[in-house]
Amino acid sequence: MLVRKSHDTDGARFDAPKSALRRLGSAIGGATLDRRAFLKRSGLGVGAGAFASSLPLGFVGTAQAAKSEGGGKEEVKRTVCTHCSVGCAIDAIVENGVWTRQEPVFDSPINLGAHCAKGAAIREHGHGEHRLKYPMKLVNGKYVRVSWEQAMNEVGDKLLAIRNDKAAGPDSVFWVGSSKHNNEQAYLLRKFVSMFGSNNCDHQARICHSTTVAGVANTWGYGAMTNSYNDMQNSKCALYIGSNAAEAHPVSMLHMLHAKETGCKMIVVDPRYTRTAAKADEYVRIRSGTDIPFLFGMLHHIFKNGWEDKKYINDRVYGMDKIKEEVMTKWTPAAVEEACGVKEDQMYKVAKMFAESKPSTIVWCMGQTQHTIGNAMVRASCILQLALGNIGVSGGGANIFRGHDNVQGATDVGPNPDSLPGYYGINTGAWKHWAAVWGTDYEWLKGRFQSQTMMEKPGTTVSRWIDAVMDDPNTIDQETNVKAIVFWGHAPNSQTRGVEMKKAMEKVDLMVIIDPYPTAAAAMPDRKEGVYLLPACTQFETSGSATASNRSIQWRERVISPLFESQTDHAIMYAFAKKFGFAEQLTKGYKFVKPDGDRKWEEPEVESILREINRGTFTIGYSGQSPERLKLHMKHMHTFDPKTLKANGGPCNGEYFGLPWPCYGTPEMKHPGSPNLYDTSKHVMDGGGNFRANFGVEREGVSLLAEDGSHSKGADLTTGYPELDHVLLKKLGWWDELTEEEKKKAEGKNWKTDLSGGMIRVFMKNHGCHPFGNAKARAIVWNFPDGIPQHREPLYGTNADLMKKYPTHADKGGAFWRVKTLYKSVQDKNLADGVATKFPLILTSGRLVEYEGGGEETRSNPWLAELQQENFVEINEKDANDRGIRNNEYVWVKSPTGAQIKVKAMVTPRVGPGTTFIPFHFSGWWQGKDILEKYPDGAAPIVRAEAVNTATTYGYDSVTMMQETKTTICEIVRA
Amino acid sequence: MARMKFICDAERCIECNGCVTACKNEHDVPWGVNRRRVVTLNDGIVGAERSISVACMHCSDAPCKAVCPVNCFYTTDDGVVLHDKDLCIGCGYCFYACPFGAPQFPQAGAFGLRGKMDKCTFCAGGPEKDNTKGEIEKYGRNRLAEGKLPACAEMCSTKALLAGDGDVLSDIYRERVMRRGRGGDLWGHATAYGVKAATSQQPAPTQQKS
Repeated sequence: MLVRKSHDTDGARFDAPKSALRRLGSAIGGATLDRRAFLKRSGLGVGAGAFASSLPLGFVGTAQAAKSEGGGKEEVKRTVCTHCSVGCAIDAIVENGVWTRQEPVFDSPINLGAHCAKGAAIREHGHGEHRLKYPMKLVNGKYVRVSWEQAMNEVGDKLLAIRNDKAAGPDSVFWVGSSKHNNEQAYLLRKFVSMFGSNNCDHQARICHSTTVAGVANTWGYGAMTNSYNDMQNSKCALYIGSNAAEAHPVSMLHMLHAKETGCKMIVVDPRYTRTAAKADEYVRIRSGTDIPFLFGMLHHIFKNGWEDKKYINDRVYGMDKIKEEVMTKWTPAAVEEACGVKEDQMYKVAKMFAESKPSTIVWCMGQTQHTIGNAMVRASCILQLALGNIGVSGGGANIFRGHDNVQGATDVGPNPDSLPGYYGINTGAWKHWAAVWGTDYEWLKGRFQSQTMMEKPGTTVSRWIDAVMDDPNTIDQETNVKAIVFWGHAPNSQTRGVEMKKAMEKVDLMVIIDPYPTAAAAMPDRKEGVYLLPACTQFETSGSATASNRSIQWRERVISPLFESQTDHAIMYAFAKKFGFAEQLTKGYKFVKPDGDRKWEEPEVESILREINRGTFTIGYSGQSPERLKLHMKHMHTFDPKTLKANGGPCNGEYFGLPWPCYGTPEMKHPGSPNLYDTSKHVMDGGGNFRANFGVEREGVSLLAEDGSHSKGADLTTGYPELDHVLLKKLGWWDELTEEEKKKAEGKNWKTDLSGGMIRVFMKNHGCHPFGNAKARAIVWNFPDGIPQHREPLYGTNADLMKKYPTHADKGGAFWRVKTLYKSVQDKNLADGVATKFPLILTSGRLVEYEGGGEETRSNPWLAELQQENFVEINEKDANDRGIRNNEYVWVKSPTGAQIKVKAMVTPRVGPGTTFIPFHFSGWWQGKDILEKYPDGAAPIVRAEAVNTATTYGYDSVTMMQETKTTICEIVRA
Repeated sequence: MARMKFICDAERCIECNGCVTACKNEHDVPWGVNRRRVVTLNDGIVGAERSISVACMHCSDAPCKAVCPVNCFYTTDDGVVLHDKDLCIGCGYCFYACPFGAPQFPQAGAFGLRGKMDKCTFCAGGPEKDNTKGEIEKYGRNRLAEGKLPACAEMCSTKALLAGDGDVLSDIYRERVMRRGRGGDLWGHATAYGVKAATSQQPAPTQQKS
C-alpha cells in the first residue's frame, strides 16, 4: 500500500490557512459582502492572499525561504508587468540573484493578483534564453560578436559623421524611442535627442493612440483615459467600440465582469465577434471603418428621443447644436444602415440602452484610432459622451485603453517629434522652459540644431520614416533624407507597408537596434553591413516608474541584475552622450550610480531623473509624484480601495493609488492625484476638476468658458475662467499669498512655467480653483480638417459607391510632419483601377492575448509561444468555400501592394462574409519564407511567422500621421 | 477538513490562458505537456461562445485511480488526487478513463522519465517530502504545503477559475449566480436541472484555438 500523504498531519503549517479560510468564507457568504475581499480573492478559499494582506511583504518572503531546501538568500521584489497598460503588480522571488518564482500581489488595487497569459509568464524574463546577449555587428551578411567598446565607437563615429556632414545634419538621424522604456528613460531620450540637435524622434504612441491624444485633448483638455479600469465597476452600461479588451487588456475585464454582475450592461461594437464580444449583452457587427456613422447613428436616436443631458450641454459643451443639426439631417437610420450595416431597430436598442443606463462609459482602442480619419472617430466618441453628460462622472468617462505598459508615460514625457516633455510643444517658450529646468543655456541648445526653424519644426513620425528615407529630398521638409535609423525598443513589424519599409532599411547608411531582442529589424533587410545590435535590459533589470492607462504611476524595483552583456537604456544614453560630447549637459544635477558587481557601467540615478521630471512638468501634473511618494504607494497597496483607488487611512490617507496625473504642484503640496478627470463633484485638492480653457475664451461671439455654477466643488470662482497666469492672480488679488521667493520665480509666468509651483498652490489650495481654467468642452474642433467629425471611406476599400459618396481628404504637401501625404490621389487611382474587384475582401488586424506588439519578446517566451505557434487569417465560411479554402490549410493573402503572405486559414464565423482578420504580432517569415538564418545565432524567436504588415497598405491620419491598419483590402487564395 | 475543488465560471472565463502559463511557470512544465488548458466551445457563434479552463478535476471517485493497474494514485485528506511517478508504468489506462483528458504523457524530461504520466497536482506535489528537490523535479512546487492555492486560480485574470475548499467555492459561486439572477452555463447544468442551457440549441461545438 502507498503511504497516503496528509497535509493535516503537519499541524501548524496547515491550520493557519484553514482558519483564514473560515474567516474569508464567512466574510464572503455574509449578508454584507465585503466587496474588497470578494474581488480580491474571489474564490480563493485559503492561502497567500490572506497572509499577504496582514503581514509585511518581507515576512512572507522569509517564511517561504525557511521552507526552501536550497537555503539560499531569498528576496521579494515588487515589480509591474511590462506587457500592457493595465499595470498588474507582481512579486518576484529572487534566490541568490536568480528569479525563481513569481507570486500574485492580491494587495494591488489594480489587478488584485490577477494576470493574463503574459503576466503569468513574466518570470521567463529571468531566463532570457533567446535574448540578444552581446553587441553584434553585421559583417558580410552575418552577425558577429563585437565588444561594447568597439560597437559604441563605430556607431558613435558614424552618427557623428552624419550629424556633422553639412549635406545631412542632425535631422538625418531618426530615433525611434520606446513606450517600453520607463518614464525616466523615455524622458531622458527626448532630452538626449534635443541635445543631439533634432526633433526627429518618435515612439509607439504614434501608431497606438496619437489620434486619441490629439482628438481628445482638443475636445476637453487632456488626451488620456478620463477614468480608470477600476471605476468601470461604477458603470451601468459600457460600450466597447474598437476594443478587444479580453485579449488586449484581459485584467481590465476583472472589473467589467464584476460590474456586469452588479447590473452593468455591456455592448460590443466590432467587425469581429471577439472574446470580448462573447461577454456582451449586445453585440453589434459593423463594417470596418464605419465608427462615425455608428456613433452618430446612436446620437440621432438620442436627440430624436430627447435623451441628451440638456443642462450639461448648456453649461459645459460648445457646439453641440451644430452637431445635432448634422446628425439629424445626415445620419438618418437609412444612411447609417447603408454605411455601417446596422439596422434601425438595433441602433435604437443600443442608443436607448446606453442613454438610459447612466452613468455609461465608452471604451475604445486601436479599432478607432488606426484609420485615416482616426482623429475624427475618437471625437465622435467624445461627442456621444458629452451629449449624455457622461464625462467628469464616476462610472462614465471615455475609458481609452492604452497599449504598452508605459505608452501613456512615454506620450506624456517621452520622445515626441512635436513636443518637449509634458506637451509643452516646441516653440521658443517651450524650449526656454525646459532649458531652465535642465540648467542648460538656451543659446547652446539652439546651436545644437541646424537652425531655430528646424528646432521649432515638428520632426517626422515613426509611421513615416520610410518616406523620409525614400522620398525625393526636394519634397522633404528638412535638409535632406533620413540616412540613419535607431530603433531603441521598437518593433518595425507593427508598422504598415512592410515591403517599402524593407527597401528603406536597405537604403539607409546605418541601422542601430538597441533592444533586449534582435527584433524583426535585425532580420528584415537584405544587407551585408551597416547594422549594429546593442543589447539593452528589460524593465526587470532596472528600476523606475511607469504610467498605467488610468494615469496611475507605479514604481518598479529592480528584480535582477542585467543579463548577459546587456545595459540599461539610460546607461546607454549616457554612454552615447559622452561619445557625442554632451554628457555633462544631459545629466547636470543628477546623482550617479557607480559600477558595482551588478552594474557594469556608471549610470545616472533614476530617481534624479524623476525629480527633474517633477520640477518641469506642471502642465499635466507630473510634478507631484516624487520617487518617495510613489515608493510609499507601492509598499502600502493594500490601503487603497479597488473601486475608488483611494487610500482610507494609513500613510497615504486620502491619496489615489499611483497619484494618477494630474497630480499638481510640488510633492510638498500633497495633491492626491486625479482618479477621474473633469469631475466637478470633487474639490480640486481631492482630484476634482472641470474642462480645460485651452482654446481661447470666445469663438465667433460665443463664450467658450463654462457657464456660471458649473465649477469644481468648493471653488472660489463659481463662473468659467481662463487659465492661470501672473496677471490673473494679481487681478484676483491673490498675488500676495505667494511667498517672496515664489513671487520672484512667478513674475511674468503662467501656471505651466512658474517653476516655484507657488501660483498653483495659491490657486488650488487656498481658493479651490483649477490652474488650467474652467471652460467648455468642444464638440467642434475647428482647427482640425473636419471640425465636425466626417465619415470618409478608407483609401483602400471594397465599396466603390460609398468611396465616391464619402471621399477621403485632398492630398497634403510637404509641411505636414516633413513629408508629403496622399489621400485623394490614391483613392481615386484605386477607384479608376477597380482595385476592389481584384481585392474584394476587407483585411483588418489586431491582437492575440498571448503576444504583445511586434511580438519578438513574447514569441521568445516558450510558455507563451507554445500557445500560438502559427499566424493565421480568419475568414468566413462563405468566403472560404467560394475560394475552395479549407480550415487549417495554408493560404496566400495577396495585397494591392504586390506583396503576398503565407498564413494558415481559420474558417470561422468570428468574421462576417467580406471581412478577414490577421493578428499583427508575427515576424520572421518574409513572403512565404522562414528567414531564421538572418537572425543572430541563438537569438531568433521560438515562433516565427508572416507579419501582416508585410501586406498592409498606405494611408495616414490627417492630423497625427496615425497609420491605417484597420481597414485595407486583400484577396486570399489556396497556397 | 477541506475538500479541494476547481470550478471555472464560464460567464467570466475569457480564454486569456493566464492559468495555463501560471502553471507552466510555477512548475517549469515542459513544452508539450499541458496540465491545464482552456477550451472554447461554439467559437465565434454569437451568443453561444463559452470558454472554460480544464485540468484534473480531482474527482472524489476518480476513474483514473479505479483503473490504474499498479495502483499509483492516491487521494490526500484534502481531496487532491495525486500519483506516484515511481510506480507509474505509463500505460495510459488512466488516459482512457479520465473524462477530461487530464493525464499527459511527456516524451522525456524532468517531469517523468520517458513514458511516465504527468498531470495537475492541485499544486500539491507528490509522495515525496514537501518541496524537496525530488518532489519539485518530478511533480513541481507544492503550494498547498506553503499555505497557498494553485497558481492557476490565484492568477486567473477575471477570477473565473476558482480553487479551494468546495464549501467556500460554492458560497462564492452561489453569490454570483444570485447576482446574475440565473444559473451558469456550465457543463451538466441542463442534465442536472432538466432545463435547456442557453447554449444547447446552438450548433454542435467546434473546438478551435484562436
